[in-house]
Amino acid sequence: MLDRSANPALMLIAPTGGGKTLAGFLPSLVELGPNPDSGLHTLYISPLKALAADMRRNLMSPINEVGLNIRVEDRSGDTTQTRKKAQRADPPHILLTTPESLALLLSYEDAPRMFSGLKRVVVDELHALAESKRGDQLMLCLSRLQALCPELRRVGLSATVEDPPALAAFVAPHPTPCHIIQADPGPDPDIGMLTTDTPPPWSGGGGRYAIPEVLEQVAKHKTTLIFHNTRAQAEIFFHELWLANEDGLPIGIHHGSLALEQRKKVEAAMVAGQLRAVVCTGSLDLGLDWGDVDLVIQVGAPKNVKRLVQRIGRANHRYNAPSKALILPANRWEVIECHAAIEAVLAHDLDGDPRGPGPLDVLCQHILITACAAPFDENALFDEVRKAGPFHSLSRAAFDNCLDFVATGGYALQAYDRWQRLMQRPDGLWQLRDPRLAQQVRMNVGTIIDTDTLKVRMKGRSGASAGKPLGEVEESFAASLVPGDTFLMGGKIVRFESLREMEVQVSRDRGRKPKLAVFSGTKFATSTQLSVRILELLHRPTLPDLPGHTQDWINLQAELSQLPRPGRILVESFPHDDRAHSCIYGFAGKNAQQTLGLMVTRQMEELGLGPLGFVATDYATLIWSIAPITDPPQVLNADQLHDGLEGWLAENALMKRSFKGAATIAGLITRNLPGKRSSGRQATFSSDILYDTLRKYDPDHLLLQITRTEAMRGLIGFARIDEMMARTQGLIDHVITDQVTPFSAPLFLEVGKVPVDGAGREALLQAEADRLMEQSGLSSLLPK
Amino acid sequence: MQNFQFDFAGAKLSLLPSGALWWPDKTLLCVSDLHLGKSERAARRLGRLLPPYETRDTLQQLEEDLRQTGASIVVCLGDSFDDLESSYNLPEAETLWITRLMAGRRWVWIEGNHDPGPVEFGGTHLAELFEPPLYFRHIARDGASAEVSGHYHPKARIHLPTGPVSRACMLFDTDRIILPAYGTYTGGLRSDDAALSNLMREEAIAVLTGSPPRPIPMPR
Repeated sequence: MLDRSANPALMLIAPTGGGKTLAGFLPSLVELGPNPDSGLHTLYISPLKALAADMRRNLMSPINEVGLNIRVEDRSGDTTQTRKKAQRADPPHILLTTPESLALLLSYEDAPRMFSGLKRVVVDELHALAESKRGDQLMLCLSRLQALCPELRRVGLSATVEDPPALAAFVAPHPTPCHIIQADPGPDPDIGMLTTDTPPPWSGGGGRYAIPEVLEQVAKHKTTLIFHNTRAQAEIFFHELWLANEDGLPIGIHHGSLALEQRKKVEAAMVAGQLRAVVCTGSLDLGLDWGDVDLVIQVGAPKNVKRLVQRIGRANHRYNAPSKALILPANRWEVIECHAAIEAVLAHDLDGDPRGPGPLDVLCQHILITACAAPFDENALFDEVRKAGPFHSLSRAAFDNCLDFVATGGYALQAYDRWQRLMQRPDGLWQLRDPRLAQQVRMNVGTIIDTDTLKVRMKGRSGASAGKPLGEVEESFAASLVPGDTFLMGGKIVRFESLREMEVQVSRDRGRKPKLAVFSGTKFATSTQLSVRILELLHRPTLPDLPGHTQDWINLQAELSQLPRPGRILVESFPHDDRAHSCIYGFAGKNAQQTLGLMVTRQMEELGLGPLGFVATDYATLIWSIAPITDPPQVLNADQLHDGLEGWLAENALMKRSFKGAATIAGLITRNLPGKRSSGRQATFSSDILYDTLRKYDPDHLLLQITRTEAMRGLIGFARIDEMMARTQGLIDHVITDQVTPFSAPLFLEVGKVPVDGAGREALLQAEADRLMEQSGLSSLLPK
Repeated sequence: MQNFQFDFAGAKLSLLPSGALWWPDKTLLCVSDLHLGKSERAARRLGRLLPPYETRDTLQQLEEDLRQTGASIVVCLGDSFDDLESSYNLPEAETLWITRLMAGRRWVWIEGNHDPGPVEFGGTHLAELFEPPLYFRHIARDGASAEVSGHYHPKARIHLPTGPVSRACMLFDTDRIILPAYGTYTGGLRSDDAALSNLMREEAIAVLTGSPPRPIPMPR
């Protein structure tokens, strides 16, 4: 690290732990020395506020031990206004902060002065930042900093990733080369499948069948982390774990929906070594050493090998000891997937989708932020933006579009001549029309789009005073609750009482089973690379490492139908329950298989096959209909699928959600600030209306282009459908049989069945409206 | 077009899928809360540059409803413009469009809280209109009867197996009608809000806009 400290860009890759963050700071401490001049020397950026605060404590101990006169401070949304002001006037030597706080600092007029002496930037958990738009925004900010301080040197710290050169190109100022330092990855992990007496169920994701075996493992180890893929699953598992925890082992729960106070309590207990296990989600993927973890259990297929490796690294944070991990398949299909994932880990074959080019909504926000600080020259800004790795291939036309959007709204109809946001001065520089707009821009800095969530609170004793906060649920979940409904929160069963002032009020419930299990958390789709491994694994002549029940199942599928082949799409058609069924094995991941379901049923509707509904998993889509699919290529045609993306799919709710995110980041709509949200004031209207209006009157608008680009990735996953069509060249194996096939059987048990929209939904609405009118006796009042 | 027909205070009325109220015996069409010029006002006051298409979208819908019904009287029930200034700042094409729609019809602008005072368009400007037996005013008055009003932008939610569906709606009981907002850029106030549940009788009905409009017991 020290040998290379003069490099303009460096990346250090080391497994989780391994002390890489302190290594990142070492050159700064050496350069600053015992009695440094005043002024900012090093900026440290981490994705988590908490990490920045912890890092300050961790840094202060070596600094104090050696007796260095170095000032270290952290800055985030939680820092007081006074403190923040003081930091801008007299910055510390080392400032620890987050990408959003940095963007905000750069929006102030005094940014050039504050950053004038800056020598080094250390970006922590780079691999995590690079997975989202936060990384893109950070790179734009670093370009801005580089323009202010040309001598600036950058260091990126990353966990193990699949493509280090790509990440290096992301973090380095383009086209400067970035040297990569690979730390010794340490010994291979000790990883295996958690075997159980009972075979896993056919479907579901909870892993509850293995509670006794998990408890046994917890008892055998010092501290165990039990990772789940969704918050709902973590909640249910935790609840069941406690019901079976006869020895009363201290076990906690940690996930992103829990109230901050609750999470902090669990973290503190962990560091103090008071917990034997923590049931958690991705909320523990990042961060410092959480105590003495000696076992990681991953419940459910990891979906993604890279994330699995990073999680395994959480166990045994010592360099030369192998990390110990067990994977628990939640259902029969996941036995195969977990096996493929373990093979990938041992083969060091990490996965990941290549990053797309830097998203334009982030660029729009950056242009606004730049204008807040000072009037800018568009040519200079364009050059500066292209020095950011993710934007190095940005075209001038795309940049001009973004600038036009920020300045005028970018509409085909020039409506805002008088109210432009940015105006060009006679000297050619762009500035805010009204300096007061800066305040609004600053309130909207950042690229994290929270789904609208509501706080959950225990109802106060007297009913009036508010009880303690438990966590959050999504607004859509809250809206579906009826008083008396029970659900899990923080491992406790609570009863829904009322929705008051945008808070969900609940009371304790003595029941043993919650009525409603689900509030959604992040759902990952199985990665392309892992899917390929699964397909390959299925075709081995023997599978001695798989449990007998799973081998039997695979053999039965080969006998009664056939096994899906890597270069082809398998379609099975069979009758069941008086309906035609077709199962399409695309291995494209859940999001894409879901989109495929929408697209194929649409095609079937046009062919008059009467599709009724479908359900999707990571590997297949099962569709039921009145008439069977007789000619699969008719419904699985690449051109028609693309037409759908441009046309009717644009009306999909997921597209509207993507639009809302892009519109918020780009600054068209302002975010709902916590506490400032009005309870359904008639003045506010939904972004869906803006989306529909733009589609109708301005279909080529920049924000619609961004929305379409996002549909390729993420929730719509259209790129995976493209990938599937390319992989198979549209070649299809069609098996027609008279019974449910072994591989399709689990899909019948899958939750999340989607009824086909259109005529079907209107009929449902009519039926429900009629029922309510009848029930209330009001229908007799209406004219016949 | 499928309308929702109902009797109210002795008048035979229809709610159109768009949320306009149609009174065939008087050939009277009533629309509430158009909020024309909303995007211009947002740009002027908040620096927000929303897609500037809501006025033409609203006028398009109004023109369509006028064509379908052949109305000879039009009552705009207040908040027709997002504020007074936005009525002056309307692009010329849209001003002309409104003038064209008004031609040959009796046109009544009721004052709203967003656009009090006379607007620059012709027609009749009133605080409220009595067209026997109905009273048309912007904001519902306590204890009134045979009253048609707007202002609240009511919407209602219904739970389907696929999830909740929320739509703008008309509320009505034996005393009053509260019309949904007709303008494109208008949000809604849920019918279970105290402001609405206190106004409406226990047996009130909410008619969800859409084709066809659907009546449900008013969610409260």
